[in-house]
Amino acid sequence: MPFFEQLGVFAVTPGMVVMWMIGLTLIYLAIAREFEPLLLLPIGFGVLVANLPLTGLMTPDEGLIWRLYHYGVEWEVIPPLIFLGLGAHTDFGPMLSQPRLMFLGAAAQGGVYVTFFAAQAFGFTLQESATIGIIGGADGPTTIFLAAQLAPHLLGACAVAAYSYMALVPIIQPPIMRLLTTEQERKIRMKKSRKVTAREKRLFPVAATIVIVLLVPASAPLIAMFMLGNLFRESKVVERLTDTAQNALMNIATIFLGVTVGATMSADVFLRGDVIFIFVLGLAAFAVSTACGVLLAKLMNLFTNDKINPLIGAAGVSAVPMAARVAHKMGAEADKKNYLLMFAMGPNVSGVIGTAIAAGIFLTMLG
Amino acid sequence: MAEEVLAPLAGKVLSVAVKVGDTVEEDDELVVLEAMKMETVVYAPADGTVTAIQAQVGQQVEEDDPLMTLE
Repeated sequence: MPFFEQLGVFAVTPGMVVMWMIGLTLIYLAIAREFEPLLLLPIGFGVLVANLPLTGLMTPDEGLIWRLYHYGVEWEVIPPLIFLGLGAHTDFGPMLSQPRLMFLGAAAQGGVYVTFFAAQAFGFTLQESATIGIIGGADGPTTIFLAAQLAPHLLGACAVAAYSYMALVPIIQPPIMRLLTTEQERKIRMKKSRKVTAREKRLFPVAATIVIVLLVPASAPLIAMFMLGNLFRESKVVERLTDTAQNALMNIATIFLGVTVGATMSADVFLRGDVIFIFVLGLAAFAVSTACGVLLAKLMNLFTNDKINPLIGAAGVSAVPMAARVAHKMGAEADKKNYLLMFAMGPNVSGVIGTAIAAGIFLTMLG
Repeated sequence: MAEEVLAPLAGKVLSVAVKVGDTVEEDDELVVLEAMKMETVVYAPADGTVTAIQAQVGQQVEEDDPLMTLE
């Protein structure tokens, strides 16, 4: 083969150049705007290198990043490892102190199911629709987990959509929350929760694993690892393991997840007309989920004297703790002595479980 | 009458805006806590004089831990 034919520069296509721009934009957003930098930085770089010609990085059975993708993502290893770390970071105390708040986390999965049906109306297959719908949960690892099983060709677009919307929680959610609540509702101060004992916190991950996995076995990879991480944390006897799950292992998994997800976004897969629909539908899913959480809180208030501030319903999407922070901030804007943060963490952590269960249900039905 | 100012949520004390002997009015800023990488301000529940401060900068406090006493 002549030397010049082996030069990458002569194999560049216009599509590749567009993808470089997308990759560089993600890197810019990560560095300059600090939009989900831990994920968007490696994703952006993955996009860039995967769209440089003749590298073979994503050649099946040969390429470096292909191997990381195949054994890490397709084999369902990396997203559950991220869940292990998330579990080790999660305090279920706020949820256990007011178990009724779990309903808000469940309601905020509404957008996932609504969008599942809407995407079918736009001509996506059932598997693709489920993958697009799960973006509404605002949970990156779960989106990647489900996409790898049901619609690998949409994985890159759905992952970037999920992480972008997670980063944009403080921009997307407040207008919806404001629209659906009155000033008076935003001022509701919630009654102090009871203290949760250490024993309850230790029992929860074990009991929740048994119950959830018995009901939705396909959610086991995510739920089991999430709860194992949480048991590390709450047991207080394996500090080293908790620390590793929270930091070193999570960081390693994040690096491999980011770069491989970015590398799935080759020009021929990503630059298609329906990808723009994925972003639009994903945004709709996220907005509907936010609305469902708020509206359920308002509905629950009709039947109880112990009022819930409906803002915390929006925290039922799984973006932890961004969505809880948004609820807290909006509550404080209405009444500066209203401290909603810990109340909002209840629906927030329930939302993580809810999205993982939704993924399990889709896998059971469509996998 | 003495009134204790309690931490509204668990977090790290970032700053204390008053010292013992200061006179404060209701809604004055007393303490800034950091929880979930977000700053939360604790305001004076009523007019009064600061007679004791338990909160120390850098200290981790739990919900309902006393931060200071007003009289």
